[in-house]
Amino acid sequence: MSNLLTIRGLKIEGRSDETWNPIINGVDLNLKKGEVLGLIGESGAGKSTIGLAAMGYTRDGVRISDGTVEFDGIDLVRASAAVKRGLLGKRIAYVAQSAAASFNPAHKIIDQHTEAPVQHGVDNRASSIEDGIELYRKLRLPNPDEIGFRYPHQVSGGQLQRAMTAMAMSCRPDLIIFDEPTTALDVTTQIEVLASIREIVEEFDTAAIYITHDLAVVAQMADTIKVLLRGDEVEEADTRTMLSAPKEDYTKSLWAVRAFERPAKPAVSTGAVPVVSVRNVTAAYGTTDVLHDVSFDIHAGRTVAVVGESGSGKSTTARCITGLLPPRIGEIAFDGEVLPADYRKRSKDQLRQAQMIYQMADTALNPRKTIGQIIGRPVQFYGGLTGSARRARVDELLEQIELEPSQYFNRLPSELSGGQKQRVGIARALAAEPKFIICDEVTSALDQLVAEGILRLLGDLQDKLGLSYMFITHDLATVKAIADEVVVMKDGKVIEQGPKLDMFTPPHHAYTDLLLSSVPEMDPDWLTNLLQERGVDNIGDAAVDKM
Amino acid sequence: MDGLSSILKIVLQRLGLGLVTLFVVSIVIFVAVNLLPGDFAEAILGQGATPESVAKIREDLGLDQPMITRYFSWLKGMLTLDLGTSFAQLNFANFGGAGTTTIAEQIAPRLSNTMFLAAVTACIAVPLAVTLGILAALYRNTAFDKAANMFTLSSISSPEFFMAYVLILFLAVLNPIFPSLSNIFEGMAFSERLEKSMLPALTLTLVVTAHMMRMTRAAIINLLASPYIEMARLKGLSPMRVIVKHALPNALAPIINVIALNLAYLITGVVVVEVVFVYPGIGQLFVDSVKIRDIPVVQACCLIFAAAYILLNLTADILSILSNPRLRHPK
Repeated sequence: MSNLLTIRGLKIEGRSDETWNPIINGVDLNLKKGEVLGLIGESGAGKSTIGLAAMGYTRDGVRISDGTVEFDGIDLVRASAAVKRGLLGKRIAYVAQSAAASFNPAHKIIDQHTEAPVQHGVDNRASSIEDGIELYRKLRLPNPDEIGFRYPHQVSGGQLQRAMTAMAMSCRPDLIIFDEPTTALDVTTQIEVLASIREIVEEFDTAAIYITHDLAVVAQMADTIKVLLRGDEVEEADTRTMLSAPKEDYTKSLWAVRAFERPAKPAVSTGAVPVVSVRNVTAAYGTTDVLHDVSFDIHAGRTVAVVGESGSGKSTTARCITGLLPPRIGEIAFDGEVLPADYRKRSKDQLRQAQMIYQMADTALNPRKTIGQIIGRPVQFYGGLTGSARRARVDELLEQIELEPSQYFNRLPSELSGGQKQRVGIARALAAEPKFIICDEVTSALDQLVAEGILRLLGDLQDKLGLSYMFITHDLATVKAIADEVVVMKDGKVIEQGPKLDMFTPPHHAYTDLLLSSVPEMDPDWLTNLLQERGVDNIGDAAVDKM
Repeated sequence: MDGLSSILKIVLQRLGLGLVTLFVVSIVIFVAVNLLPGDFAEAILGQGATPESVAKIREDLGLDQPMITRYFSWLKGMLTLDLGTSFAQLNFANFGGAGTTTIAEQIAPRLSNTMFLAAVTACIAVPLAVTLGILAALYRNTAFDKAANMFTLSSISSPEFFMAYVLILFLAVLNPIFPSLSNIFEGMAFSERLEKSMLPALTLTLVVTAHMMRMTRAAIINLLASPYIEMARLKGLSPMRVIVKHALPNALAPIINVIALNLAYLITGVVVVEVVFVYPGIGQLFVDSVKIRDIPVVQACCLIFAAAYILLNLTADILSILSNPRLRHPK
């Protein structure tokens, strides 16, 4: 069978400072009808760029400099804008990472759904609406008859992601590009979306390019996997071969990440005073309670992972501990001593003891200050060091986070990579010489290899300095890697808490079980087995039955 | 809370805020006008002013009262929609003139003339500016975009009277299409009125178009990097549809605000154009009253200008809120 999509020697350049730099250095790609290709790699590998180029599209400041992208015999690199417009949306469709940002906030979902079929003359509006409702039903959206008539902001992220898949299907395209469609979703929601996408792609025999950085996800979705590294292909093989016998070292290193796990620490001696004690905290935004009677302890030198989906109250708990949001009921104790609820009433020393590291190192560092200034500020503020003493302390901190002081002291955040920025965030927290650090999703914006480096660093620092961590995360792999104790939260309540080993050994609380079983595994049959286990039959079949 | 009631609440809040602003503005106007050098009595008596005659006129007009008393009696008049009587008229009556007209009767025809001119201008300028803005966004960085920008910017940068005379030269003198004098009066046929207002309206169009056009262009271009615009392009929609259907509805709030600002200017800032075309609007009345220190008329005009600004901005706020689906359709 001939290829539906053939890419040969694709080279793409991006412009920065008036010069064109290579992003993709000659990639080949073959895709047959009905086949799903997984594109995998870390950020900067060029996955999305290739995905868009497969549609003959480049973003502003990016250009295809060489090669061909042939879709069904038409070279999209050389085709006119009008020819490409005739294909886009009709025969090649796109599903973006963030459905919330990719749906136009000004129009109802169904109006955006019918737009491509009507504009391309594939269908009229009335019948396209009917078809949309049918697709919503197939994708198991709640209230399929009504959900399309809402505005995007009235629908949850996971539902929007499925509505966008339905929208991509509206003209029954031959090829769909899925660009990290589940990255922004919670694990439990991700499963539903993955299952929906897989079933509908199979049912309509649509070819797809599935872009992701998550190996376990791609293992469920793709027939073939292509691994990319900085604009070059590393290797390509069918999914099972790739998982069981990767050839290249880089691929093996990607596969190995998940093995990292810190050894468990001995149990805390009874009667020890916890460093941080959250006692029966109920907190509200306005008049709505968002935390309900939350209690847990964090002991010296321990890591407590607070796990839950978005909206479960993890970050709100952190805000209560730091005093940014005074609890309505309950109290926070530090070393057995109750802290004032409002941070403005806490002493400088009380403030110094608890520091934070943020999810987005990009926005948490002042872009106008050098690394030396960013770390030097808390050194001076809390430690009272100035001049050469301050410089010496900053150098010491930079060494602790494994950045060469002479090289990095005068750099700006924009001159650092994502992982390095997060290290600077760690150094800034350490500068206050705290006993306790809240890490708020510190690795979720980072690639797995980089994230692992950060987790190792945090572990080493804990051993060396006896730090206690509260580790907020939605990623159970991270929990497995570094936690001593786990607190599971849902809807502002603590569902379950205890030592990590207990948490990862059955029996679990039903919700913990749902969370744990929803984390994708590298086994290509994982999703299929899980769906069967949960009693969800083949969604496509279920929909066909109803038709 | 459902969408309608929350919007109603916001509207009522804004309305209340507008009234408070108007009250504060009334104080500022009153104080500022009273700080004007010279007074009506001296201005009207000119060379023949004796201390006695000045005092007599001041007493007749209530100018000898303390400022606070005068402010409250003025405010009371305003609240009962009684704008008072102009000094000139009062004085005329005192010296045995026939019946007087109130300020309200004086201002009403002038204000309606100004509103007419503003409306004609808005009907030309707003669609023109928005269309040009959309086209400039669509063909951004092309010769068309640059030409449109250059033309509107040069017209806004030239003094209004200069633009007025250029238009008179080309459209009245060299090609007698429109009359150069806009001496409109009551009872005139609409078509004739429109024809006579055309040149001042075109002049004002040239003055206000640039601002609105550039904001339309900028607000749209600002959104072109959004993921939903990329999505619209990847659906294979035409560039025009991407801009009109996907970018424009989300760019409405800033555009509406700039339109309101310019409409307010059309009511409050048209003195020069009125003078050039001898158009009997409120701007001319205002300037004449300042000249002879006819304080009640000046104050009434100022208050009307302030109310126009506040009302138009309030309308813009409400329309901006209505353009946001998150507020119209809460979760």
